Formats: sequence, C-alpha cells, structure tokens
Amino acid sequence: MLKHILTSLTGGPVTEAAPAPSDPALAELAGKLDKAAKARLGRSLSIREVDAGSCNGCELEIHALNNPIYDLERFGIRFVASPRHADVLLVTGPVARNMREALVRTWEATPGPKWLVACGDCAVSGGLFAGGYACVGPVEEVLPVDLRIPGCPPRPTDLLAGLLALLETSAAR
Amino acid sequence: MYGEEPLFGLLNRIGTPVEGHRPWPRYRLGRDGWLRLIEGLAGNGWSLLGLWGEPKAVHAAFREDFSGDVAVVSLDCPQGRFPSLSTVRPAANRLERAAHDLYGLVAERTTDPRPWLDHDAWGVRRPLSEQPAAPVPNPGPYTFLPVEGEGLHQIPVGPVHAGIIEPGHFRFTANGETVVRLEERLGYVHRGVEGLMQGRPAAEAAKLAARISGDSTVAHSLAFARAVEAALGVEVPARAVWLRALMAEMERIANHLGDIGAICNDAAFAFMLAQTSQLRERVLRTADACFGHRLMMDRVIPGGVATDLPERGAGLLLELVAELRKRFPPLVAIYDGKASLQDRTVTTGFVSAELVTRFGAGGHVGRASGRDQDARRSPGYAPYDGLTFEVPVLTEGDVNARVWVRIREVEQSLSLIEQIVARLPAVSRGLDHPSVALEAGRGGEGMALVESFRGEILTWVRLDGEGVVTRCHPRDPSWFQWPLLEAAIGGNIVADFPLCNKSFNCSYAGHDL
Repeated sequence: MLKHILTSLTGGPVTEAAPAPSDPALAELAGKLDKAAKARLGRSLSIREVDAGSCNGCELEIHALNNPIYDLERFGIRFVASPRHADVLLVTGPVARNMREALVRTWEATPGPKWLVACGDCAVSGGLFAGGYACVGPVEEVLPVDLRIPGCPPRPTDLLAGLLALLETSAAR
Repeated sequence: MYGEEPLFGLLNRIGTPVEGHRPWPRYRLGRDGWLRLIEGLAGNGWSLLGLWGEPKAVHAAFREDFSGDVAVVSLDCPQGRFPSLSTVRPAANRLERAAHDLYGLVAERTTDPRPWLDHDAWGVRRPLSEQPAAPVPNPGPYTFLPVEGEGLHQIPVGPVHAGIIEPGHFRFTANGETVVRLEERLGYVHRGVEGLMQGRPAAEAAKLAARISGDSTVAHSLAFARAVEAALGVEVPARAVWLRALMAEMERIANHLGDIGAICNDAAFAFMLAQTSQLRERVLRTADACFGHRLMMDRVIPGGVATDLPERGAGLLLELVAELRKRFPPLVAIYDGKASLQDRTVTTGFVSAELVTRFGAGGHVGRASGRDQDARRSPGYAPYDGLTFEVPVLTEGDVNARVWVRIREVEQSLSLIEQIVARLPAVSRGLDHPSVALEAGRGGEGMALVESFRGEILTWVRLDGEGVVTRCHPRDPSWFQWPLLEAAIGGNIVADFPLCNKSFNCSYAGHDL
C-alpha cells in the first residue's frame, strides 16, 4: 500500500487531458441559460443521475467519469445523492412506464435553476425500445430536455465533452 | 443424487418429446404429468433453470446437476392456468408472477400471487397474451408483506437510489440498526424486451438481446446467438467461437475489477476503487481497440461475430494480460492485509449453501456458498471444452468469499485469454469477419446456457420458417440471486446493505427485461 502511495505521489497524475466542450452541445445550449442562472451557478454543477429504463450500459460509462483517468470532479462537476442538491438531472433509458412517475417526481424535487440532460440513444430517441407498451420513448416526451448526448452508450469522452459544454454555458463569463 | 429417478427417466414416462428442439429435448406434459413432475421435484435435487410463458402454454427448464442432463418441459394451458412450481422450487415464484403479468397465466396454489413486473403503469394488462385487457381503474398500492413485532420500523429505499445505479425499491424493516427483513420490489426498468423481440428477424432481435443488461452484453448476445444457431442447426466458423470466448472473458474481467473496487469503496476504502477502476478502464480500452466498442456491444451476432481481431489485437491482449498480472496481485495483497476492510467483509451478508442450492443460484453468489456450477464446464460449450481453467468455489458464503471468488475468476480469465490468443484459429479466406449467413426457410426451437460474469444465462428461442423470432425468453442469472439478497442482509446492520448488494451486483435491467 505504501508503495502504491509513493508511486502515486511521485509518478504524476494518471488523469488525462479534457476533451474540448462538444460543439453540437454548445450550439444546443446557446441561449438556454439566463444571466441570473449563470451568476448563481458559477463553474460548478451538481448532477443527479436517474436511470429511467437503461440497460445499465450508460451507467457503466457514467461511472467511468469518476475514475482517476477522467476525474470529473476536477471541473467542479460532481454527482450528488439527492435531487435536492442537484442542478442537473442526467437521465438515461427510454423512460420505462414503470419509472415515469419516479422520474417526474425526481425532477420536481430538484430546485431551479435546473437542467436536464438526456444521455444515450434510448433517452434521446427511445432507441430500440420506442413504440413498445412498456416505454414512453424519448425523455423529452415527459420532461423538457436541455442537452442531448447520443451514443450507445456514449463514451466517457463524449459525456465529458457534453457536460463541459453545459459548464461553459452555465458559467458566468 | 443416488436413488433418484433420472431426469429423462421420469420425463419419458410422463411426457412426449417435441420434435425440432435443440440441443436438449423438450417434453410436452399433460396436466397429470405436470402434477407428477411437481411430486418428483419435491423429492429430487433438479435445479430450476427457468420458467416462461406463452399465450396458452408454460415452459420450464431443469437440470439434473449430478449428470448434467438438461430438459425443457411444457404444459398447454388453454384455460390460462397451471399448477404452480413455487411450492417445490421457490425460485419459480417471481418467474410465475412475471408470466402472469405478461401473459395472464395463473399459477394455481402459488406461494405468492402478487403482481411483479406490472406496476399498473403500462395502460394495458397482460400485454403479450392473445387478448390484452384494459388497465385496472384506480389501482391500489402494492401490498408489502406484513411485519409484526415490537420496536420495528421501516425504511423505504428507491426506486431512485443515491448512487449511479439502476432503480428498484427496497423495503427494509429494522430493529434499531439491525435489518429484520428486506423485501425487494423490482420491475421498474421493465422495457418489454420479450414483446419487442417477437416478430423481428433474428439479426434484429440480437440487438435487443445485446441490451438486456449492458454489463453482460457479450454474454446475453452469446446466449441469444447460440440459441438461434441451435434452433437452426447452424455451425459457426471456428474462429468466431474463439473470438466470442475472448470477448466473454474480457467482459468478465472488466466487471469483476469494477465490482471488487466498488465493494471496497462501500466499505469506505476508496483507494481500491481508484485503482481497480483504472484497471477496468485499461480492459475497456483494449476491448475498444480490438473490437471497436468498449463494452463489445453488438459484436457477437447470430451466425458468428460482427468484427474480427485486428492484426495488432493479439499483441494488445497479451500486453493487457501482462499488465494486469503485474498490477492486480499487489491490490489483492492489500485487500487481504487490511484488517479494517476484512472487518467489514468477513461474515457479512452470509448466504447458506442450502439456500443457494434451493434457489439454484449461480455465479459468484452460488460459488461463494459452495455451489460448484459453471455453465462453461457443465453443460459446457466450445471452446471451453478444450481450455484449461479452474472454477473457484468457496464455502464461507459471505461478502469476503464473493470477493475472493471474483479475484480468482479474474486470474482464471487472464489465463483463458492467453490460451485463446495462442490457439485462435486462422482467418478464413474471403471473410472480413467470421460468420455464416442464417438460411431462411428453416425454423425451430433452440436453447443455450452461457456463463456470464454474474452466472448462468438461459436463453430459449423459437423461430418460424422465415427466421423470425416468435418467442424468446432470456433468463438473467439475477432472477435466482435477487431473492437470496433478501436473506443475505437479514441480521446485518443497515449500513452493510450497500456492501452486500454490491457483492451480489444483481442486474435490475436483466431481471426486469
């Protein structure tokens, strides 16, 4: 263990350089945040992740954002346990009807100003599950979506680029 | 077991074999035969492998563990009723409730008739039956089991949990810090996978199979592909068989690495997660470089594989094995040497050997409690019959044992990857990826048993003459592990639940379908 700590101290960080904020995401977000919101948030975002019917592939890659290689927290973005503490809901899955109420209630429990990010093809378009009896389809059919990060699942760098765009847009400049 | 009537002995007496079911036989039973089967199950040790419905029939699969014989039994239920197996195989209960919610099949004399997947939110009842019904007007709340006693209080948790995890509801009843009972309520991520598969060509349905549970995408794709290939009598190219195993072992290692770290993290030892998550990332990046997708989703397809290993792939894989062999053992030594960590994992979340056997639980849950079962070995499938590997089995049944089973499995999988890379059959001429086309004009029924990182997956499929799926049932190993989590947490403190839960790491999506 001591050896590990020494190596970590002397070996430099394993964290990789951040990707540039995603251009499509910046374009999608343009004009979505007013000045007051920007001033209030600064360069910090708290995210509450909600699985609304995902296969858990998206969750695996969202988890990866917390590993030392992507290290999401260095940007001031962190995952929180309660919607009460969140600025952003990061929603995955094609909104299983059995999860619809829980999703809406989580959104209602999130204080404003708040944003909703649809993460992954299912959340963006319903994916393969659209049209079935058990799923509503894209998240935007249930709640207003501010940003879409497609992919099945999105790679951690895509997630990072999207979230950085949100941070750029929300930060007071 | 000695003195029992063999599986095929009984089934040949009480049922008639159905043509065109591969590779194991399927027997059609009459109602009397089904009742005789229940009688037989009460006295023998056959494992329930799955139970699934159709509009007017119910099917169940069994294995006689001693001989390894596997068979499917079917009962036509024109009245939509069948005698429940839950009295003799408790693991059948939730599967029967699912068959009821989807197909309207009523399990007679069941131990628990409550709905399971249907949360009164679909806008329809028994959606996959011949005559779906209108929803219940003003449905009442779900009835949890009653708990009586002095000083008890309840803690409802979920469906939205505190971490980045899947949704499900846990109803804890606690006496002070100690959990007296846990009751799970699942079904929140029911996406209607089985219904969506129906009417799709096998190649399209395979995409759904790949998304049953993202962490087991390779294993579920493999189970679906092998079931389809069994139904159609298709032989896949040898190279594809080996590449599939390669991907399956990569998936196993990636998941175990992530979970070993996460279990330690739930015991407040964040260091381990920081380390193993780097190793996991290393595995995923190698998978990406070799197969073009970090989770290797949609890479195993009916007929073969959708991608071949690039030329530099073998080198990358051997580098990965060498690096993990260097970096993983020191972490294992740290896990083994930290008394404060052992204090949390040893004796916590105990599951008895008797329970895992009764529920037929596989994977690390079964093998940490002495159940020596691995689908790669029994019934076994290629290429594992030609590979050397051990199946680690422990008997302590606690969180620590489940961690150790996973550690040993990582080591075994590293050795398997090495063996596979060394013996990978050559590229067939004229194929950019090793696969065969599925011929139209043939149908049939097929079944496959595949060992995912979590345990044994059963996939059963029926294809019509056009190669279109008319019924597919993928049974995730979680079905037989979730009920044991309720037992594992009993008598432990509430704060140890995340630890117990992570040591199981059952799939919500794979179970809810």
